[in-house]
Amino acid sequence: MLNDFIILMKSELAVTVIIFLLLFIKIGKGMKNETLLSFIQVLLLINFIGTFFFNESGNLFGDMFYTTPLIAFQKSILSLGVYIISLVCADWLKKTPHLPEYFILMLSALLGMFFLISSGNLLIFFLALELSTIPVAAMANFDLDKKRSSEGAMKMILSSAFSSGILLFGISLLYGATGTISFPAITEQLNHSPLVILAFVFIFTSFAFKLSIVPFHFWTADVYEGSPVATTAFLSVISKGAVSFILITTLYRVFSPLQDIWYIMLIALSIATMLIGNLFAMRQQNMKRFLAFSSIAQVGFILAGMSSFSYIGITSVVYFILIYLFSNLAAFGVVSVIADKTGKENIDDYKGLYKTNPFLSWILALALFSLAGIPPTAGFFGKLFLLTSAGSKASYWYIIVAALNMIISLYYYLRVIRAVFMDKNEQPVEKLTLSPSVKLGLILCGIGIVVVGLLSWLFDHIQVLAMHQ
Amino acid sequence: MPGTLLIALIPLLPLAGFIIAGLFGRKYLGRSAGYLGTALMLASALLAIYTAYSYFTAPNGGEYPKIKVLDLTWLQFSDHLSINMGILLDPISVMMIVVVTLISLMVHIYSLAYLKGEERFPTYYAYLGLFTFSMLGLVLASNIFQTYIFWELVGVSSFLLIGYYYDRPSAVAACKKAFIVTRFADLGFLIGILILSNASGTLDFDTMISTLTSPETGAAQKSVAASFLGFSALTWGAALVFIGGAGKSAMFPLHIWLPDAMEGPTPVSALIHAATMVVAGVYLVARLFPVFAVCTPGVLEMVGWVGAISAIIAAIIACTQTDIKRVLAYSTMSQIGYMMFALGVSKYGGEAGLGYTASMFHLFTHAMFKALLFLGAGAVIHYVHSNDMKDMGGLRKQLPVTHLTFLIACLAIAGVPPLAGFFSKEEILLAAHHHNMAIYWIALLTSGLTAFYMFRLYFSIFWSKPYQPHGEHHHHGSVLMTGPLVLLGIGAAFAGLIPFGHFVSSDRIPLASHFDLSFSVLPVALGLLGILAAMWVYARQSDRADKIAAAMGGLYKSAYRKFYIDEVYQFVTKKILFNIVGRTAAWFDRTIVDGAVNMTGTATQKIAAGIKKIQSGKVQQYAVYFLTGMILLAVLFIYLLK
Repeated sequence: MLNDFIILMKSELAVTVIIFLLLFIKIGKGMKNETLLSFIQVLLLINFIGTFFFNESGNLFGDMFYTTPLIAFQKSILSLGVYIISLVCADWLKKTPHLPEYFILMLSALLGMFFLISSGNLLIFFLALELSTIPVAAMANFDLDKKRSSEGAMKMILSSAFSSGILLFGISLLYGATGTISFPAITEQLNHSPLVILAFVFIFTSFAFKLSIVPFHFWTADVYEGSPVATTAFLSVISKGAVSFILITTLYRVFSPLQDIWYIMLIALSIATMLIGNLFAMRQQNMKRFLAFSSIAQVGFILAGMSSFSYIGITSVVYFILIYLFSNLAAFGVVSVIADKTGKENIDDYKGLYKTNPFLSWILALALFSLAGIPPTAGFFGKLFLLTSAGSKASYWYIIVAALNMIISLYYYLRVIRAVFMDKNEQPVEKLTLSPSVKLGLILCGIGIVVVGLLSWLFDHIQVLAMHQ
Repeated sequence: MPGTLLIALIPLLPLAGFIIAGLFGRKYLGRSAGYLGTALMLASALLAIYTAYSYFTAPNGGEYPKIKVLDLTWLQFSDHLSINMGILLDPISVMMIVVVTLISLMVHIYSLAYLKGEERFPTYYAYLGLFTFSMLGLVLASNIFQTYIFWELVGVSSFLLIGYYYDRPSAVAACKKAFIVTRFADLGFLIGILILSNASGTLDFDTMISTLTSPETGAAQKSVAASFLGFSALTWGAALVFIGGAGKSAMFPLHIWLPDAMEGPTPVSALIHAATMVVAGVYLVARLFPVFAVCTPGVLEMVGWVGAISAIIAAIIACTQTDIKRVLAYSTMSQIGYMMFALGVSKYGGEAGLGYTASMFHLFTHAMFKALLFLGAGAVIHYVHSNDMKDMGGLRKQLPVTHLTFLIACLAIAGVPPLAGFFSKEEILLAAHHHNMAIYWIALLTSGLTAFYMFRLYFSIFWSKPYQPHGEHHHHGSVLMTGPLVLLGIGAAFAGLIPFGHFVSSDRIPLASHFDLSFSVLPVALGLLGILAAMWVYARQSDRADKIAAAMGGLYKSAYRKFYIDEVYQFVTKKILFNIVGRTAAWFDRTIVDGAVNMTGTATQKIAAGIKKIQSGKVQQYAVYFLTGMILLAVLFIYLLK
C-alpha cells in the first residue's frame, strides 16, 4: 500500500519535498538569491528528469487519485515548463527580495495542477483547481512596488473567485442530478436533462475561464500585463497546459455522453476565441498584452484539436502543448530579458533589435514563427496535427475558418518580426549581456522549437500513450 | 553490398561539406574549403562506384532487385499513408548516383582553378555541396514526397548557384526566372503527387506502382472512373507529374529558363544544366515508368511528343545562337528531348522496353560528353574572356588539350561511331523506329542538325579565323582544369561500349541489346553530312554563313529569336497577366480591399470606444460578460439545440 502510494504519487511527493526544502531555507539563515536560484534550478531539473522513471498506472484512495503513463507524461511537460521558466526569467528572479516564497507559490500551484490532472473525483478536482489558482494570484502581485501588479492580482483573484463559485454551483447541481462525485459513476448517470446540461455548462465555463476562452477571457490581458513576466509565462503556458489536459480528459472520460453538446460548444467557442484573440492581438502595442492575446488565439486551435473525440485528439493536444511551451516560453524569455534590463515593452521599442542583439532576435523570430505555424518549425507540425484531428470530424468549413485565422495571425507575428529585423531605429535596445542560465533556457527553447517537429517518434510515443490510457 | 551507413554517407558527405564550408568557410577555411569539399566529394564518388559495383555484381537470379537500404518513417498520417525518408537502390538510382557523384567531382576539381581568387570561394563550394546532396537525395528517394522535398532543395540550390554572381543584374534576373518557371511546374508536380497518392493510398514508390498497375486492387479502376474534363484522375495525376518533370528538364514550352541560366559560373552549368538537375524530369518519368506505361499510355504518348518537339526546336535554335554557352544550353534541351521521347515510345517490359533502356543509356553518355563540352567551353571562356563566338577562332594551338577533348565530345554528340553518343542514340532511334515512325523522322532530322550546330561551334572556336589576342591577361588552364577534361574525354569516348541493356531495363530483367549495322547507316550518314556542312561554312573565315542566313530569311530570324517564345511569355505575363489580371486585381485591391481596410480602420476607431468600454479594466464588468456568456451557452443548449 505504502509502496503504491509512493510510486503513484511520486511527482506530487517530489514537488512537496522541494516546497518544504525551500520553506526550511527561508526559515533558516537564508541564502544569497543567486546561489539559491541555481540550487532551485538544479532541483527543478532533477524533478523534471525524475518524472520519467517508475511510471505506472493505478488508483489511490478509492478512485480519488489515478495516474497513467499519459498523465505522467503530461506532468513531465509541466515540470519541464517550470524548469525553463526558472532559467529564462532568472534576471527578474534574482532581483526579487522573496525568492523562496515565489517558488513556494509556484510549486504549490504546480502541485495543484498535478492533482488536477490526476483527479478522479469532483471533490479533489475542485480542491486541486483552487490550489492551482490561488497561489498564482499571489505570484501576480509579486512586483510589489508596481501598482499594475497589485491591480492584476486583485482582478485575478476576484475573477477566479467568481468562476470558482460558478464551478461549485455546477458541481453541486451535478451531484444533485447524479448522486455521486466519482467521475466513473457520474458518467453512467448522465442524461440530457436540462439540469445536467446546466451543470455541465457551469463546469465548462470555469474551464473556459482558466483557458481564457472568449468570452471568459477578459481578465487575461490585464493580469498578463501587470504581472511579472515569470508569472505571466507560468499562467500562459503551465496553467493553460494543465487545464487543457484536464479539460480534454474530463470531456472524453466524464462527459462523453454529452459529446453532441460539447462538440458544438467547442467548435463555436473555438471560432470565437481564434477570431477575437487575433483581432485584439493585431491592435496591441505592448508585447506582453500582444502575447496574451496571441495565446488566447492559440487556445482556439487547441479547442479545435479537442473536438475530434479520439485518441488522435488527445495526442495532438498534448503534442501541441509541448511545442507551445517551447515557443511561448522563448518569446516570454526574450520579452522578460528586454523588459528587465531596459524597461522597454512596446513593439516599437523592438525596432532594430537585430542590429544590437542578434541572438535574442533569432530566438524571438523562431518563437514567433513557431507560434504562427510556419514550417519547418515545430509549431507548424503542432497546428497541422490539431487541424488534422479536427478535420476527422468537423466540416471543411470549420477547417477553412481555422486556416484563415492562421493567416490573420501571420500578419501580426510578422509585424513584430519586421520591427525586429527590418525597421530602422535611432535608439535601438542597447546590446545586452545575457546571464548563462537565461542563455541556456533560450537555447533549450530554440532547440525544442526546431527539433520537436521533426522527431516523429515523439508524436508516435504520445499516440501510444494516449491509445493505452 | 556495402552497409547502410556507407550508402547513407554518399549523400551525407556533400551535406557535411555544405555545412562545414557554409558555417566556417569564409571566416576560417578560405581556399581550403574547396579542397575539403573536393575531398569529401571524392570519398562520396568512390563509395558510389563501390556501391554500383557490388549492386550489379551481386547474384540476383536474373532480375535486379529493388533494395530499400533505409526507410525511416518521418511523418505518419494514417496506418498506410506516411512520409518516409529512405534510400532505394535499383538499377537507375545506382546509375544516377555514379553519374552525379562523378560529374560533381569533376566540377569540384575544375572549379578549384576556374574560380581561383573569387572572394566568395567557400560559399561557392558550400552551394555545390548542398546541390550535390539534394540531387543525390532526389535520386535515392524511396518515397515520392521525399523526391518532392529534394526536388525543391535542388531548385533552391540551383537558384543560389545560378545567382552566384549576384552583383550582375543579368545573373539575378536569370536565377529568378529559373526559380519562378520551375516553381510553376513544381506546383503541377505537387498536385500530381496528391492525385497519385490519393488514387493509390500511399506515397511509397514501390507500393504506389504495384497498387496502380495491378488490375486486381481496383484502385486504378476507381480513379479511372473519376474523371475531370473527360480525363481520368489518374491521367491528370500522371500528366501533372510529367509537367513538373518537364519544368525541371526544360521541355518545350517550359524551357525558357535554361538559356538564361547560363549566367551562372560555367562549371555550375556543367553540373546542373548538363548532367544532373535537368535530367531530373527524365529520371522522374523513369521512376514512375510502370504507372505511365500501364495505366496512362495517353500521357506517355504526350511525353514522347513533348520530347520530340523539344528536341527539334532546340536543335534549330542552337544552329543560330552565337553565345557558345547558349548553344550548349539548347543542345542540352534537345538531347533531353531525346531522352524524353525515348521514354515516350517505350513500353513496359521485355524487348518493347528498349526505349527505356535507351533513354537511361543516353542520359548516362550525355552526362559525360555534355559536362565535357561545358567544361571545355569554360576553359575557352576563361581564356578569351568572352562568351561570343565572334571573339573566338583559331584557338586550337593555344588550347591543345581543350581542343582535343572538345572534338571528342562533339564527335560523340554527333553520333559518330564508336564514341559514346553513337550507341545510345542508335538505341533511341531503333526504339522510335519500332513504335512511332513520325517521331523517328523528327529524331533523325534532329540528329543531323545536332552534328551541324556542334561542329559549327567547334569550327568557330578552334578554326575559322587565326587567333588574335585581345591584349588581356590570359590564363592557361592548369592541370586542375585539364585533368577533368581528359577524364571526361575518356568517358565520352568509351562509355558507349558498356552493355547498358544488361544493367538497366524497364522491368529490371537484363536485356540483350543487338545491333543492326544497316540501320545505323542512315543516321551516321546524316551526322557526317551535318559535320561536312558545318566545315564548309565555318572552317574558314568566309561570308557563307551570312549568305545562308540571308537566304533563309524569316526562318533564320525567327530561329535566332528563339521562335519568339520568350516574347510570347512576355506578352502573356506583361500584357495579359499584368494588364488584365493585374490591373483588375490592383483596382480590386485599391477600391475594395483598401476601402474595406479603411472602413475597418474607421470602424475600428469607432468600435475602439466601445471596446474600451468592454475591455475597461473594471473587474465587475468582466464578471457580467462572464455571466452573460455562460447564460447564453446554457440557453443555447437547453432550449435551442435540444
